[in-house]
Amino acid sequence: MAQFEPRIVAFLCRWCSYTGADLAGTSRLKYPPNVLPIRVMCSGRVDPTFVVNAFRKGADGVLICGCHPGDCHYNEGNYNMMRRFPLVRKLLAQFGVEPERVRLEWVSASEGDRYAEVVAEFTDEIRKLGPLEWAPMMAPPPVQTAESVVTAK
Amino acid sequence: MSKPKLALYWAASCGGCEISVLEVNEAILDVADFFDIVFWPVGLDFKYHHVEAMADGEVLLCMFNGAIRNEEQQHIAKLLRRKCQVMVAHGACACWGGIPALGNVANREEIFDRAYFTAPSVDNAEKTLPQTSTRVAEGELKLPVFFDTVYALDQVVPVEYYMPGCPPVVDQTVAVVQTVMSGDLPPAGSVVGAGSKTVCEECPREKHDEKKVKRFRRLHLCDDLDPTKCLLEQGVVCAGPATRSGCGGKCVSVNMPCRGCYGPAAGVTDQGTKLIAALAAVIDSTDPDEVQQIVDTIDDPLGYAYRFGMSSSSLRRVRTHG
Ligand code: SF4
Ligand code: SF4
Ligand code: SF4
Ligand code: FES
Repeated sequence: MAQFEPRIVAFLCRWCSYTGADLAGTSRLKYPPNVLPIRVMCSGRVDPTFVVNAFRKGADGVLICGCHPGDCHYNEGNYNMMRRFPLVRKLLAQFGVEPERVRLEWVSASEGDRYAEVVAEFTDEIRKLGPLEWAPMMAPPPVQTAESVVTAK
Repeated sequence: MSKPKLALYWAASCGGCEISVLEVNEAILDVADFFDIVFWPVGLDFKYHHVEAMADGEVLLCMFNGAIRNEEQQHIAKLLRRKCQVMVAHGACACWGGIPALGNVANREEIFDRAYFTAPSVDNAEKTLPQTSTRVAEGELKLPVFFDTVYALDQVVPVEYYMPGCPPVVDQTVAVVQTVMSGDLPPAGSVVGAGSKTVCEECPREKHDEKKVKRFRRLHLCDDLDPTKCLLEQGVVCAGPATRSGCGGKCVSVNMPCRGCYGPAAGVTDQGTKLIAALAAVIDSTDPDEVQQIVDTIDDPLGYAYRFGMSSSSLRRVRTHG
């Protein structure tokens, strides 16, 4: 059987982490191609709604990367994300989504190698967890059969 | 000329929305004057076959409360949808699943197991479980199929208007019915009988947008709450920032946190994750370990986030496989 290839959505802050990811590319570092990067202004822009929506729409893992603490271009953005993160994980766990499927990392513009490592490690971890497959949870109600309908006369 | 027809129905509901209709007091007389009530299981003796006999589109307005949790409710929702011109999801349950949709943390098997076998008050030595079909001497008895998942009304049939609240406040109910009576209808898909801001904006409490929370607290364990200040900033989970205005701040004006019964505020797609962001925003710490400790003082984020909206939440239900 073919190896399961996880689909990972990565929200990357444009100032540090997206530049770091770019550097990984221009340095020709090798890392798994499983990540769909989405550039955001700041990790603090990553509303928990984005995370649940990624899972609902088929992601197996969600990676959020921002500037190191103290380096956020909007001062508090990465701290805001850091405060949301454990709550989001706890909420996901209640939905039966392993909390390890969402990860928060600080990656600076010069850390192309670190970005490549994080992606490799995370892809590996998600591969072990297996597919999430949320679509069946969103299925419509079963179609009714004429005889199973109760009609009080 | 015959009067326009009105139908009311309850599906997976508690009856509170029905009671709130009766609470409109003498305004009910205007309603009865204007409309011919053709179906209302809680109030009048009409049967399903009376509805089946009507022409499609014959009913002007259907006020449908309750969520969809079984096959009978789905069937009646589809039937009423055919017969009516304007379908109103009446109350939190019909709009987004409401309280019954908290059942989406389990499935049918788990719910039956609890309800018929393991709940402390149950005495069921014969292990009797409801069956969709049972043979008895007199013939076959049938019960509707109980779904694994609770659905909002619009997940089963198209809906014209959403009327939030658990239950909707009486003035809003009157206003909505009067709007329909006036014939001047808002665009389909609108939320009616509610505001366009958040509960915070109609809350009388002082809010400072400061981070001051070192721990979250259950309301009944607090004896030092300042009645003039924002509850959330005092560490009591309040859904005001994520919830649509319209109730007039009913709970927060009497020292109760908002539970979120008016649903997601305008422009908010997921009330729960919006609330999660608002809770995180009052946490007073920049240390990951301390943040974790503070978060651990909230036992049930899902319950706060989706008390009235599991069905319409981004993830809808807990995972049942894998
Ligand atoms: S919305 Fe609230 S009052 Fe209305 S039926 Fe549901 S639980 Fe009851
Ligand atoms: S969070 Fe609650 S108590 Fe605070 S302002 Fe908003 S509605 Fe009022
Ligand atoms: S304060 Fe919140 S829970 Fe209370 S009635 Fe208003 S919307 Fe509903
Ligand atoms: S700008 Fe990079 S985390 Fe805020």
